[in-house]
Amino acid sequence: MTETPYAVEMEEIVVRFPGVLANDRVNLTLKRGEIHALLGENGAGKSTLMNVLAGLYKQAAGVIKIHGRPVSFNSPKDAIAHGVGMIHQHFMLVPTQTVTENILLGLDEPRFIMNLPHYDQKVRELQAQFGLQVDPTAKIWQLSVGEQQRVEILKVLYRGADILIMDEPTAVLAPKEIDELINTMRSMVAQGKSIIFISHKLHEVTAVADRVTVLRKGLCTAEGISAKGLTQADLARLMVGRDVVFSVAKEEQAPGSVVLSMKNVSAQNNKGVPALRNLSLELHSGEILGIAGVAGNGQSELAQVITGLRPCEGSILVNGEEVANQPPSKAIAQGVAHVPEDRTKVGSAPNMSITENTIMKDYSSEPIGNGWSINFTKARTRAQKLKKMYDILAPSVDTMARKLSGGNLQKVILAREISTNPRLMVAVQPTRGLDVGAIEAIQTLLLEQRASGTAVLLISEELEELLSLSDRIAVIFDGQIMGTVDAKNANIDQIGQMMIGSKLETL
Amino acid sequence: MTTIAPSKRFQLPYTISLEKRVEDYPKWFPPAITIGAVLIAFLISGIILKLIGGEPLRVASFFYEATFGSWAVFSDTLVKATPLIMVGLACAIAFRMKLWNIGAEGQFYLGAFAASLVVLVPLVPPESPKVVIIGAMIIMGMIGGAVWGFIPGFLKARFQVNEIITTLMLNYIAISWNNFWIFDRWSDAGFQMTPTFDKSAWLPRLADYAREYKMFSGITLHLGVVFGIIAAGIMWWILERSSWGYEIKLIGDNPNAAKYAGINIARNIVLVMMVSGALAGLAGMSEVTGVVHRLQERISPGYGFTGIIVAWLAKLNPFTVILVSILFGALIVAGREIQPSGLALMLQGFILFMIISSDVLLRYKVRLTRQTA
Repeated sequence: MTETPYAVEMEEIVVRFPGVLANDRVNLTLKRGEIHALLGENGAGKSTLMNVLAGLYKQAAGVIKIHGRPVSFNSPKDAIAHGVGMIHQHFMLVPTQTVTENILLGLDEPRFIMNLPHYDQKVRELQAQFGLQVDPTAKIWQLSVGEQQRVEILKVLYRGADILIMDEPTAVLAPKEIDELINTMRSMVAQGKSIIFISHKLHEVTAVADRVTVLRKGLCTAEGISAKGLTQADLARLMVGRDVVFSVAKEEQAPGSVVLSMKNVSAQNNKGVPALRNLSLELHSGEILGIAGVAGNGQSELAQVITGLRPCEGSILVNGEEVANQPPSKAIAQGVAHVPEDRTKVGSAPNMSITENTIMKDYSSEPIGNGWSINFTKARTRAQKLKKMYDILAPSVDTMARKLSGGNLQKVILAREISTNPRLMVAVQPTRGLDVGAIEAIQTLLLEQRASGTAVLLISEELEELLSLSDRIAVIFDGQIMGTVDAKNANIDQIGQMMIGSKLETL
Repeated sequence: MTTIAPSKRFQLPYTISLEKRVEDYPKWFPPAITIGAVLIAFLISGIILKLIGGEPLRVASFFYEATFGSWAVFSDTLVKATPLIMVGLACAIAFRMKLWNIGAEGQFYLGAFAASLVVLVPLVPPESPKVVIIGAMIIMGMIGGAVWGFIPGFLKARFQVNEIITTLMLNYIAISWNNFWIFDRWSDAGFQMTPTFDKSAWLPRLADYAREYKMFSGITLHLGVVFGIIAAGIMWWILERSSWGYEIKLIGDNPNAAKYAGINIARNIVLVMMVSGALAGLAGMSEVTGVVHRLQERISPGYGFTGIIVAWLAKLNPFTVILVSILFGALIVAGREIQPSGLALMLQGFILFMIISSDVLLRYKVRLTRQTA
């Protein structure tokens, strides 16, 4: 065996799907002990390439070498036997089982008798080695998203992987969790692991990666170039093939009358813990109010009480009408549109067509329906119009929602919500997990809503996004608003202080 | 390029691999697969018959003669298919919402019971015109089934009680309830059946018109089959064209999205269970007034359970329910005519097995690749 510095060499990989060349002679090399970023827009072929490496797909042509040796994987089992493990974007965990049980799932050992404490100890040792703290005896459903991800990483490490593929690991994490993840990645690399990570967030790539490979429409536009000295603009150009405007232009505009007025609203989260405490805020037409904060400080619950999805105490007026503790249909009737946090679990019906997904909010009102029947011809025509207007990439409006990429699904949801001519739009993490092209499109749509006089409540964990879109930014911490600042002359340190619990008055 | 040394053990000249389907399949593909599956089930049954010394071709022709061979036997097949159509539709609408109503059997019995009340109590004067009596029986039959559907629906909507358990258990209560009345109260000379109803409570049969049309003599097909076909039409409209059907499908596909879209899920659970029960109850009414003309023990040889299979094989499509019901009706008739009667059951088993397995072909592509030496 010749000694090569490469843990992985993928040469001239070709993957074909019906009608699409997903990977066209793609090369990727991973050195031992490096963090290699794989960049590209949605549908550029990143996940496909990594699924080939993880043994989920088989390439039509091309060679894969692991530590210099050619290999042929027929299943993820073969891949893990060669030390290649993938951490998927959507976690594959059993919610009712403990961390250790999930890690042991599918392994040949233990064979029959589960001596859990013994394995808990093994898991703890692994945690100590890489700094991945999570209680091995906790059940998955009790864990935060960041902790669940650590379980996924532990699962792969436990199986002896030394080459880790991370599919958009930061997409679901809060800023603090991202920092922790980056530390873990550094510590893993320091101990001889090699990491390929897929990301959309350019600043993370420039911060963490040693080298970068960029894909565009199945082709390599950069093969393992050094990340040193690369700017975000360089990367964006490689990804999209044109210059990308990072801050969307926003017109000056005076806010109108009060649309949303919340007074002393309190609510509990799913576990019965107070999530909103006496929260009050006001929002005007033609205004974007950004809600900043670390994930899990009541943002999801805030959106849910306004849209009628969660019971609460206090008063929530939309155009002077009480919507608190009313069924969701009441908020919808008051012109409240909602871009939910979870596109797939809440915002869409996976096995229904684009057409059927676009009529979710107005299937019983004119012109789509008359209360009894639905005019599917009209629904279809409108869906086709929306598809064109919002540039939704899909074979047809009869395509099932589950076949759409994240960005296209989000466009379907936005198209539906905007077409109801809302007076208030509650948008939660509208750009999470999307590529730069889609982010730009979604942000532009939100600004258009503002220009047309809609009040927009924008809940986001991306501070940059909040700063560029919002008129005012309110910071939420532990279910309370710490303070509201003007976005134009906002002080980022001040916002940061409020995000960790200091009141504006005390700063 | 390196090649991996071929293994020493025996290998087929081709490897078979399953690949997930990425693209959509053409519209004709699913029905073609289903018909293919039924044919393969017939083929396998034939091979087994041959192996045990039978004559598959003769049995097949006899099977055909006994079920579709003449108007008279085809009418028998349709008579058996009639309750299956309505019960199959009952299951289909509930299953569309992922509401697992396996209590169609009990709803069927309650429908039969409530319809019989019209004659036995009597709820309308016995000398009323036929239209009034039959009309009252239709309404009562549907109410009886709907009440039996309401109970599990309400329990699920209000207290999140699992409907699979409640609907299943309510079946046994319904059967016992029926038995109490026919053994104890309305027994005809000690037999487990009520006296035969007056002819004014019989659904019209084709045989009734034999005097005008010679060809109808002895044809037992009754009006119930028309109920089934009308019900299928209405059901199709509800599911594919109405707002309510959209709500049902949305709740079935993603209850979270339905809630988010402002749909009242609890109300729909109760409504769908009641409509499902009403359809099963209508089937019970149609058996009582169209076939046996009295309330008796075992008026259903398990139609309510067969309905689950019918709905499933029909992929919850109302019109396909009619076709599948006719096929199953034929199997029931054939089971009566062919000895041993287990043959029809075997065929039924193979059809079920093949159709359910054929689903794999909708989700995966099978690829044969020649082994390179």
